[in-house]
Amino acid sequence: MGRAPLSVIGLLLFASLATSPSQSEELKDLYFGEALYYAHQGYFFEALERLDTEVKQHGEIDEPELDTLYYHIDDAEFSLGDFELRYRMHHRAGRAIKAVLEGAVDEVVRNDAAYRLARIHFQKNQIADALRALDRIDGKIPGSIRDDIEFLRANIYLAEGRAEDSIDVLKKLQDSDSFGAFAAYNLGIAYLQDNQRQAALEQLERAGQIITDDPAELAIRDKSNLVLGTIFLEDGENARAIPFLDRVRLDGPFSNQALLSSGWASMSIDSIDRAVVPWKILADREVTDRATQEAMLALPYAYGKLNVHGRAAIFYGRALGSFGAEVAKLNASIDSIREGKFLEALVREEIRKDKDWVIRLRSLPDAPETYYMMELLASHDFQTGLQNYLDLADLRRKLVAWGSSFDSFDEMVEIRQTHYDPLLPDVDTEFRELDSRMRLRIEQHKMLVQRRDDMLTKPQPKFLATREEQAILRRIEHIETQLEGSESPFAQLSMQRLARLKGMLTWTLETEFHDRLTKFDTNLRGLDGAMAILQEEYDQYIRARQAATHSFVGYDKPIKRLRGHAQKSIEKIDRLMARQGYLLELVAVEELIARRSRLENYGDKARFALADSYDRATQSQAKIEEQ
Amino acid sequence: MSILTRTFMLMLLLACFAAPSSAQDISGDELRSLDGQVQEIKSDVLDIASELSNLEERLLYPSNTQIAVFVSMDDDETFRLDAVQIEINGELATHHIYSFQELEALQKGGVQRVYTGNIVTGDHEVRVTMMGKLKSGKDFNASDSFAFAKGVKPKALGITLGGPGLGASGIQVGDW
Repeated sequence: MGRAPLSVIGLLLFASLATSPSQSEELKDLYFGEALYYAHQGYFFEALERLDTEVKQHGEIDEPELDTLYYHIDDAEFSLGDFELRYRMHHRAGRAIKAVLEGAVDEVVRNDAAYRLARIHFQKNQIADALRALDRIDGKIPGSIRDDIEFLRANIYLAEGRAEDSIDVLKKLQDSDSFGAFAAYNLGIAYLQDNQRQAALEQLERAGQIITDDPAELAIRDKSNLVLGTIFLEDGENARAIPFLDRVRLDGPFSNQALLSSGWASMSIDSIDRAVVPWKILADREVTDRATQEAMLALPYAYGKLNVHGRAAIFYGRALGSFGAEVAKLNASIDSIREGKFLEALVREEIRKDKDWVIRLRSLPDAPETYYMMELLASHDFQTGLQNYLDLADLRRKLVAWGSSFDSFDEMVEIRQTHYDPLLPDVDTEFRELDSRMRLRIEQHKMLVQRRDDMLTKPQPKFLATREEQAILRRIEHIETQLEGSESPFAQLSMQRLARLKGMLTWTLETEFHDRLTKFDTNLRGLDGAMAILQEEYDQYIRARQAATHSFVGYDKPIKRLRGHAQKSIEKIDRLMARQGYLLELVAVEELIARRSRLENYGDKARFALADSYDRATQSQAKIEEQ
Repeated sequence: MSILTRTFMLMLLLACFAAPSSAQDISGDELRSLDGQVQEIKSDVLDIASELSNLEERLLYPSNTQIAVFVSMDDDETFRLDAVQIEINGELATHHIYSFQELEALQKGGVQRVYTGNIVTGDHEVRVTMMGKLKSGKDFNASDSFAFAKGVKPKALGITLGGPGLGASGIQVGDW
């Protein structure tokens, strides 16, 4: 017979508080999507690491609207808070969400943030802060969380002792699709808290009759019936309690308690034979359960009342045997915990891949009997401590793995340095020579471009003279200089000839200027293309040269610093794990000792009752024989 | 209604806040005080992880040669992705078989970084092959090639995979 853990009680409340990571209609930022990919698999450390980096980088950009995260920044900041919350980093989660609240954001976004902040405070049992956060909700509320907000508000009122306010809110949630069953039950509890007994009974009766096939709603229905039955039992209205206790499903999480209470209710109205039925069922269930253990004593007690002392003796004997075996198991469990086996088993990865891993722990050799710790494991403080211990173990594993990465990085840097060190001086010398030639050509190109641009506004035909024409012009000017001042006829004649030659040349230059300029421009444009390729190759070389240096220079300090941080973190984690582990062991051992004392007490009772039953059975037998 | 009963009811309702045993009471405060310190160390290790990723990227995938390939899924309920293979310029870059958990994360809108590597600047070709099953149980395999250019900045290729309904091959590639 399987048994649902009592943690279901806690889950009922938390199930309604959990949300999925935000998801935009159309994803524009791959890195945000990558963080979501990890978050959807429950890897919140990896999700946080990526998203945190992405959001920080986005914040450092001069023009954030050009970044793809710009379209999701509100979602991303929310998700950061969400992931932090899920990774149990409430301090940072609160800060992240407060930042959104205080920023200049849309009303809908602000209200969503306020709700999330209230939820964080409520989970941390900071009721007044939770209410203050809810009070910040004003204006337009996202439809998807409207009921969530009201359900949270009702729970906060209830936790604050404001039952009347809670009732008002819960009444409005009775038809909610997502919270109907929870709200129906909570309304009954709120009436009880407000001392409206009759209204509470009627409401819990309604909650105990909802028609559903949802496992969580079925559990809340069972719980409503169990609470109703318990109320009647405590008020001495035992006959009224029975129908409600009998409504609890036999395979639900509250069935054991309901069966036990149903038996006691029947006993109280002297319907002993009816009490035997639920106790008989219960006595055959998981022996570690409190209700089962009580039923193992209650069943022979009922047989005794029915004067079936022989059978009573058999069942007392069976109970005694079971209690003895369980005490031995508890002793072994206590020893196992004290020897550190509990913590060793907790951090075993293969067992944690199973969603029922805590229960599976009991199947490991030398691991303690976890069924005895189910209530403890379901409690908030122990859960927090346990999860923290597991998180610390995970962090430690990561840090140790990174330690080998640092060694690899060191080696990689060293290999690169050994490779490049002898090569780079020659490469640099050759490059410097090429670089000066390159710069010269670039300057020449710039000058030609400047000249062309000048000629477009102020034509200078001489600038477009061919080399031969330039030589002729220089020669003419030289001869003119020589002939200057000479009065001889030859000189006069020569000057005229030179003027004609010059005129011819000028004519050619002037008349061909436009054609030549066009040709010059065409050639220059061709050169532009060649210069662009040259520049690109030059840049590529510079980048490759820089990459060569960057591949081994500047890593020593960061690697050393990170290695130091990682080492210090491991030491800190070891200290924290030791303290956390010690507390977990202490609490677990104390829980088991308490259960052992109870079992020993039951054992004593069973022993006396067994002897008594034997006596009575023997006396009955003797009487029969006498007759 | 007695105070005891009311307390019991409230405990049932708010079981997560209630202390079920005296053993827990003893150490509850200490457990809570440790919680703050655990949160601090988580924050420290996250910072180390972030710095380490940055360092790793600089060392292994410099920006001028870096290429990252991301995979996302189209909202197509008729198709179940089993595996994907990426080749760059005819060379196998990566091959990935999806677990149920990974597939679910993709279906919920997550984006998987399936490959990070180095290539030179210039024109390249990526070939994507996906293997999966249609709702009918029939195998669905598709391949497609896409040209892309690598500049001096890191290159990110976003591959969207879908069933027969997504384009000609069920595969789309976008530049990011």
